Amino acid sequence: MSDTPNVVTGDSEAPTTEAPVAPESTASQTADRKRQVHDMWVAGTEEPAWMRSYTNEGAQEMLDADDEHLLGLTGGTVAGDDVADDELQILNMGPQHPSTHGVLRLHLELDGETIRRVKPIIGYLHTGMEKTAETLTYMQGSTNVTRMDYLSPLHMELAFSLAVESLLGVEIPERGQAIRVLLTELNRVSSHLVWAATQGTDLGAVSMMIFGFRDREYILQFFEKVTGLRMNHNFIRPGGVAADLPDGWEEDIEVILDKVPQGVSEYEELFNGNPIFRDRTMGVGVITPEECKAMGVSGPMARASGINWDLRKAFPYSGIDQYEFDVPLGTHGDVWDRYLVRMEEIKQSLGIVKQVLETMPSGDYRTTDRKVTPPPRKRIDESMEALIHHFKLFTSGFKVPAGETYCAVESPRGELGMYIVSDGREKPWRMHARTPSFNHVQALPTMMTDSLVADIVATIASADPVLGDVDR
Amino acid sequence: MSDSPKFDDVFAPLRKAFPDVKFEQVLDSKQDVAHVPTEDYLPFVAAARTAGFDVFVDLCGVDYLRRAPRFEVVLNLLSHEHRRRLRIRLGVSGTEPVVPSITPVFPGANFYEREAFDLFGIIFEGHPDLTRVVLPDDWEGHPLRKDYSVGSVPVRFKESPKAQ
Repeated sequence: MSDTPNVVTGDSEAPTTEAPVAPESTASQTADRKRQVHDMWVAGTEEPAWMRSYTNEGAQEMLDADDEHLLGLTGGTVAGDDVADDELQILNMGPQHPSTHGVLRLHLELDGETIRRVKPIIGYLHTGMEKTAETLTYMQGSTNVTRMDYLSPLHMELAFSLAVESLLGVEIPERGQAIRVLLTELNRVSSHLVWAATQGTDLGAVSMMIFGFRDREYILQFFEKVTGLRMNHNFIRPGGVAADLPDGWEEDIEVILDKVPQGVSEYEELFNGNPIFRDRTMGVGVITPEECKAMGVSGPMARASGINWDLRKAFPYSGIDQYEFDVPLGTHGDVWDRYLVRMEEIKQSLGIVKQVLETMPSGDYRTTDRKVTPPPRKRIDESMEALIHHFKLFTSGFKVPAGETYCAVESPRGELGMYIVSDGREKPWRMHARTPSFNHVQALPTMMTDSLVADIVATIASADPVLGDVDR
Repeated sequence: MSDSPKFDDVFAPLRKAFPDVKFEQVLDSKQDVAHVPTEDYLPFVAAARTAGFDVFVDLCGVDYLRRAPRFEVVLNLLSHEHRRRLRIRLGVSGTEPVVPSITPVFPGANFYEREAFDLFGIIFEGHPDLTRVVLPDDWEGHPLRKDYSVGSVPVRFKESPKAQ
């Protein structure tokens, strides 16, 4: 880019041969400095020039309003001629704002109470996980990806594992697949419960925060019992799952199947007839099916707009096509329809969990391919080869045939894809995560422009972005 | 996938219109890939959109470092109608990584192209706002390039001798 900010020009920093002279009046200099800092941070004046190069946010400025192509891209309207430029107000929302669900920053151009243009600014949570993935073996990889979308870690692991397995060409035994379906569907419920909690809180139903997290706790406790961790489980791995389900898991599921629907009916009692909630969600944050397709918006957001598309039905994975469930659809594509769709998805997912509980097959929970799975503990005592296999797998990992693949699962937010390029070694040459929240944040301007400031929080909450998922 | 339309039925019109584009099916014919030359890229994406691949899914860069076109831009499209995915791969030169932007066809590519520019330094010509998206504006270099080191932080343990 030609317009990169000038760093430091050589002249001002020219090395001098003279010995540095001790400052004569340090007191006055300190006072000057203090005044400068005061001017900048307290008095709210313009930044001094010496500071500007460090805080230059040139790229994050509002874009040229006269560019029609750009407006078509990001949505928004130019305020009419009757509005003078100085009547437009620029408002920064976030990154530290509770209703942005993380560290999302929105650059808003307001004309009174109306939003003219929006620019989402992301990257505050970027940790270079795609680069990290290139330094980790396929065995360690799921530890990395599980930290991206921290509300649905099991879906991240599943997408990664499916991609690696498609390159390896291994088949997962039925029980392993059923455990995967059980855990990911429970994860969908727990993620939607967090959405319900935050959507309610953002619209003033503060008790929803407590209700949602209370019911999610049943699921997290089950996860802790099965995987050892409440979040970032690293349980679904290439080749199967890490361990079999613990004894007595059926009773825990029955508790979940009993308690969570009770909670959901409580929420519905709270929301459905509530005139405030209805007024603040109906017709707010609308996105059309055409916009969804062009912007790559997927999952419950697209289904609320009436797009009948669910990856579990279209490209079934892990044997999810054996279970019966419906795909709820909306018609208007507004916040209210997204609420209805997600509520119904919770019920459908619990229905799948119930079917898995009834039909859980017996057998192995991971593939028997010794190139991928470590040998059972017993074999290590008996066989030298098993010991070597175990050692090799956990030190250098397994090799994956060269090739590239894209595998996607239906995460609670939408299409979660994993693109992996392998060069035939133990570590991926390139791993790219296609995360749904990235598209949804991108589509926020389309949903928000020309609506009111008060609708911002409703729209963000209904998009359900997870910023770890956006920035990666 | 069994009830998806046949490969030939879906792609025949595209193959006819773009003879230079090489189609292949990878991983037991489960995934469809199109290798597109740079000059065909934008018209091909537009044609794919009219042919039913109207859902923008993903766009990312790949750095193959020692291979002849060093970079690659990989675009994923989806067709609800045909129930198929199409992956478009486009080689990008390492010395002059410039490709046309597809934002006029798919506005959803906006952030993805910014990300590919940010992390690989691939320039998307015609993109209205090609700035860094996940990294700070004053960041130097493009971290996902293979010649960009992962980096490390030196750690000195309590008992170890002092570093020189």
